[in-house]
Amino acid sequence: MIVRKSPAEIAQMGRAGRVVRETLALLAENIRPGVTTAELDAIADEFIHAQGGFPTFKGYRGYPASICASPNDMVVHGIPGPYALAEGDILSVDVGVTLGGFVADSAFTYPVGEISPEAERLLEVGQQALEAGIEQCRPGNRLSDISHAVQVVTEDAGFSVVRSLVGHGVGRAMHEDPQIPNFGAPGRGPLLAEGMTFAIEPMITAGGPDVMVHDDEWSISTSDGSLAAHFEHTVAITETGPQILTAEAVLLR
Amino acid sequence: MPVKEEKIEVEGEVVEALPSTMFRIQVDGGHEVLATISGKMRKNYIRILPGDRVKVELSAYDLSRGRITYRYR
Repeated sequence: MIVRKSPAEIAQMGRAGRVVRETLALLAENIRPGVTTAELDAIADEFIHAQGGFPTFKGYRGYPASICASPNDMVVHGIPGPYALAEGDILSVDVGVTLGGFVADSAFTYPVGEISPEAERLLEVGQQALEAGIEQCRPGNRLSDISHAVQVVTEDAGFSVVRSLVGHGVGRAMHEDPQIPNFGAPGRGPLLAEGMTFAIEPMITAGGPDVMVHDDEWSISTSDGSLAAHFEHTVAITETGPQILTAEAVLLR
Repeated sequence: MPVKEEKIEVEGEVVEALPSTMFRIQVDGGHEVLATISGKMRKNYIRILPGDRVKVELSAYDLSRGRITYRYR
């Protein structure tokens, strides 16, 4: 059942969303060759606590850290550790913050130093796919309109959409109904309505869509070793359209 | 943090073994599914033959493809 939120609740999610956005911005400033993903995790953890929030991922289903840091062919759920970023890497960072009883979730894939033109294109398309999905978050649309939009943008560019991982509703809990895949035919699923809050997160690859789980039982990488990008925003559906709770400007059309 | 997509578990009988270790399975509901063997079964060298009864995991978003996760005796 998709739980809808009141304007006051959405405002609270917006406060959590601001902390998520600022955490990602802080990490962006610290992403450079030589930095380890463990250091990034520590920076995020300290900052989130200083804002009065709590890193949602920590302890969630046993996850050991405050952020996910997934380099290159790793798609998601990379556990921060001794891996030192190298020039030319791309790094996907996923951050979740619980503040005032509500969760906001966002992710971004950053370049480390100079990256290849193909990697740059992957990042650009990933962001476009996210935007296209967010655009569909309007009352009266159907859930799979989001999924379809993400798929079209991604595949038109020659990239693949990861199928086994999906976006999700978000609110008092990190993972709420519905599941939001990044592919599918449009016009299917529940009708979208005001008050719904979604974490929309395209995960795309430069090769095929298949992924595998590592022995740590968390980190997930592309099966063919191709680069993967991940972009995510927490979005509230309002009467007039999507309101991005984890972005700088409030997008309302 | 993304969530693993919901999987639907069904049972069926293996109808045909195809090259590249894929199998055609007649699911108890009536429809046919094209399935691969799960990595765990491959690792343990569990053989699947036509006529075997198996448990299949289907993607909630594509009911025609699946993964064989168990072979019944």
